[in-house]
Amino acid sequence: MMLAQTLLLAEEAHTSEVEGADLILPAPYDLLWSIVIFAIIAVVFTKVILPKLQAVLDERAELIQGGIEKAEKAQAEAAAALEEYTAQLTEARAEAARIREDARVEASQILAEARRRAGTDAERIVETAQRQIDAERHQAVISLRTEVGSLATELASRIVGESLADDARQQRVIDSFLDDLESTVKAEG
Amino acid sequence: MGNLLAAVVSAEAADSGESKSYIERMFSSDGFHAPSITDFFPPALFGDGTIFEFNRIMMVRLIAAIALIVVFAIVAQRAKVVPGRFQASIEFLLDFVKNQIVEPVMGHEGKRFLPILTTIFLAIVFFNITGVIPFLNIASTSLIGLPIIMALWVYVLYLAHGVKKHGLGGYLKNSLFPPGVPKAIYLLLTPIEFLQVFILRPATLALRLAANMIAGHLLLVLCFSATQYFFFAASGAMKATGAVTFAAGFAFTLFEVFVALLQAYVFTMLAAVYLNMALEEEH
Repeated sequence: MMLAQTLLLAEEAHTSEVEGADLILPAPYDLLWSIVIFAIIAVVFTKVILPKLQAVLDERAELIQGGIEKAEKAQAEAAAALEEYTAQLTEARAEAARIREDARVEASQILAEARRRAGTDAERIVETAQRQIDAERHQAVISLRTEVGSLATELASRIVGESLADDARQQRVIDSFLDDLESTVKAEG
Repeated sequence: MGNLLAAVVSAEAADSGESKSYIERMFSSDGFHAPSITDFFPPALFGDGTIFEFNRIMMVRLIAAIALIVVFAIVAQRAKVVPGRFQASIEFLLDFVKNQIVEPVMGHEGKRFLPILTTIFLAIVFFNITGVIPFLNIASTSLIGLPIIMALWVYVLYLAHGVKKHGLGGYLKNSLFPPGVPKAIYLLLTPIEFLQVFILRPATLALRLAANMIAGHLLLVLCFSATQYFFFAASGAMKATGAVTFAAGFAFTLFEVFVALLQAYVFTMLAAVYLNMALEEEH
């Protein structure tokens, strides 16, 4: 009603000469009331609406950030686990190799030891046998010496008919006989 | 043109003074100024009368364009995978064009037109919104030149893509002789289709946008001018009426924000539809 009436009223004819601020600014009333309204809207927005929206936006950003961080953490953990596993595997392989190597060395040591021991045993056995043989031979020689001596004496006395009762002579004859015998054996052997 | 509306000077306005400064005039009233079409033809800053005439509407356009470029350049330069508040708000605009306009209208093929349609949408939003920003106080698109340029852009875009896809003959046949109707009907249909494709589409795009912005500006100025008159010139109970006009101004400001977005949406939506029609095999 009022508006319609005032609309019918008209405005001043457009002035031809305009200068200064009017060139770049809107009509004063246009500017004044748009500033007032803009201020009201700005206050409502900054105090009421934007904080709520920003809270949502921040929450979303945090959510995304959190998700990315979680994924990164999981990836890092997986990588660490893989690295650890690989390290363990390498270590296990190295250990296995070392154990094999040790076993081989030990085996060769055992073998060498066994050989050495067998060698000494054999030597000892040979030595003992040699010593025994020597002893037996010696014994044989001694017993032979006595027996052969008496036998030969008896035989000789029977053959010769000569009494060789004299011990000293008898012994001398036997010894020279045996020495002859021995040297003949050695020369032949 | 403006003189058609302009008429008698009201009694209170008789002693209007050129002597009053801008600030003084802001808080006083020399009578009621009805909004007129002359608001859209402000005095020139320079280049008066030439094709390079530069007035405050051109200045507002320049400011809007610079604001658009600066805002998006900053966001693009500081873009992160996890968006901050500002980036999230800007991304909302981009997603809106993608999810509400391009994909529903053009489907998967629309992807290659997404940049150009997004640019059109954002440019119109920024050019429209200057209508409610203090000190600017006029939509850059309320002067028909800019809407014509944007409509021509869309016009050339859909014609070029239609011809490129179907060839000149194919495109004309597709648009002017839609299949599936009896031959005789073409006598009626072809002239209508011709008008549609070659004249009405770009003309309505430009006119719809400019007319909405002009109407919005006139409504706002009417409310503000009345408020000024009631608060500073009227007396007694009449002053209270100013509260009503102020409330109306407030409501229309919010409405103009909505219209600024809506017109950008409509313009971009129609651009997508026209492009899609041009590309379709048959329609």
